[in-house]
Amino acid sequence: MDKSNIRHEFLITFFIKSAGYSAIVFVGMIFIFLLLEGLPAVQKVNLASLFSSRWYPIENYFGILPLIGGTIIITLGAIFIAVPFGIGTAVYLSEIAPRWVRELMKPFIEILGGLPSVVLGFLGMLILSPFLRNLLELPTGLTALAGSILLGGIAIPTVVSVAEDALDAVPKSYRDASLAIGATEWQTIWRVTLPAARSGVLTAIMLGVGRAIGETMTVMMVTGNAPILPKGISDLFSPVRTMTATIAAEMGEVASGSVHYHVLFLIGIVLFLISLVVNITASAVVFRQKKRQERILS
Amino acid sequence: MKSSSHLRNRQQRIGFSLLTIMSFLTIIPIAGVVIYILVLGAPAINWEFIAGFPRGGMREGGIWPAIVGTLYLTLGTAVFAVPLGIGAAIYLSEYAPDNKTTQLIRIAIINLAGIPSVVFGLFGLGLFVLFLQFGTSILAGSLTLSIMTLPVIISTTEEALKSVPQAFRTVSISLGATKWQTIRRIILPQALPGILTGVILGLERAAGETAPILFTVAAFFLPRLPSSPLDATMALPYHLFVISTQVPGMPIKIQYGTALVLLVFVLSMNIIATTIRSRARARRQW
Repeated sequence: MDKSNIRHEFLITFFIKSAGYSAIVFVGMIFIFLLLEGLPAVQKVNLASLFSSRWYPIENYFGILPLIGGTIIITLGAIFIAVPFGIGTAVYLSEIAPRWVRELMKPFIEILGGLPSVVLGFLGMLILSPFLRNLLELPTGLTALAGSILLGGIAIPTVVSVAEDALDAVPKSYRDASLAIGATEWQTIWRVTLPAARSGVLTAIMLGVGRAIGETMTVMMVTGNAPILPKGISDLFSPVRTMTATIAAEMGEVASGSVHYHVLFLIGIVLFLISLVVNITASAVVFRQKKRQERILS
Repeated sequence: MKSSSHLRNRQQRIGFSLLTIMSFLTIIPIAGVVIYILVLGAPAINWEFIAGFPRGGMREGGIWPAIVGTLYLTLGTAVFAVPLGIGAAIYLSEYAPDNKTTQLIRIAIINLAGIPSVVFGLFGLGLFVLFLQFGTSILAGSLTLSIMTLPVIISTTEEALKSVPQAFRTVSISLGATKWQTIRRIILPQALPGILTGVILGLERAAGETAPILFTVAAFFLPRLPSSPLDATMALPYHLFVISTQVPGMPIKIQYGTALVLLVFVLSMNIIATTIRSRARARRQW
């Protein structure tokens, strides 16, 4: 092999290795930039008023509690939809559905995963909100509930695909053994297959939750964007505003370097840390599961 | 004994029906959304709507600048994300030792995939628009979108590379090929359909996203085509957001028409990607 070839090989290998580390670099850079732009907010607005329940930036009220509350209530609502329907669909696809039904259904789930969130928000505004308003006789249909329903839908593809993978990974011998001792398929699913796949199913739920917390456009379009701290489950029927929607709606209008600008980055830090916790927990479950399998097999 | 098995069978029948109904309740709204937009958007579609410029405060005319903007953004994202994503996947699949650092890279990729899209927008604004002074531009937006797209491309490409049997590598190396020659001539061609699928699915996400481009690219109304990567541009998802929330008296036909064009853009990428994948699976001989 001549010299230019060796050089070529060296350069390519160098590029591949740097690319390999790029994900770490980007996550680090994102965090550093958020900190640089977000932390000044803590100096300029004192902590007590940051954790108050009034968000009214024009008069310098920067209480982020209503926004955190809005994100929590909508996410909880979304979980109530995405978990039963997502896990139910995953179990159906993996354990029950005939092959042709599965081949027919899976592309639809993938399409839902690829639907732009702005399209869902658009239909939510035009169809879902008026429908909810008439059905529940509310003053406005732009409520936390509308956001929860759509976010549930958005989280479903994530939940289905991760949970289905987990169910597929359960060895066939587990099912065969269960059926052989007289359990029905239904009992096998609930007492053997699902428990064996539980960590994967848990990961699916976590990742779905992460997806719901981070969703921006849909919630901004359908939840009415009123920064009022939700006090209970009944606030599902009133307008709320999430952290993501606040950033998206207000960042375009603030002067860079203003207090408002820094506070919006601070909300970005909160979102970043939430997604970090959710995803590290989810991946820790996966890694632990792998280790356990290796221990059993060796 | 007989009655207990009868009960168990009934339990199973009810359970199975319940799950079937739930699954169809999940699928039907998805089909409904697609069909609804196709039907209500179709009347708006004509040559002037596709290839014309917006007029009359966007209430008339077409959406050509938004279509072109989304095309440019998608291509720009591809330019940055594809080489980097495939490179990272090659590293993880062919080079990375099984140690703590590699585990850290994997955790970083999972986290990158989970970061809310609007936070990518903040980062893009802070780094590309303000700090590097690219301004609100196609360049800033493409860079932001490519970081967001990276995890999708990495994980699907890695899966494609790993599905190439180990024997292929062993044989190639034993014939005297270098590691890179093996990757370039043997592994990449074998994994190409899987890689293409991943790349297109990643770009599909970039094309449909709004939040990351809100403060990095998007122009509210810009009735001309961008002439350089440092120009701002209109984009389909942001345009749909604008005309459905910010412009009073917007004809509903134009809104549905715009949603239709965006949906067709994104869905055709999805269909191309899944077709490549299923064809490759059917043809695979190992």
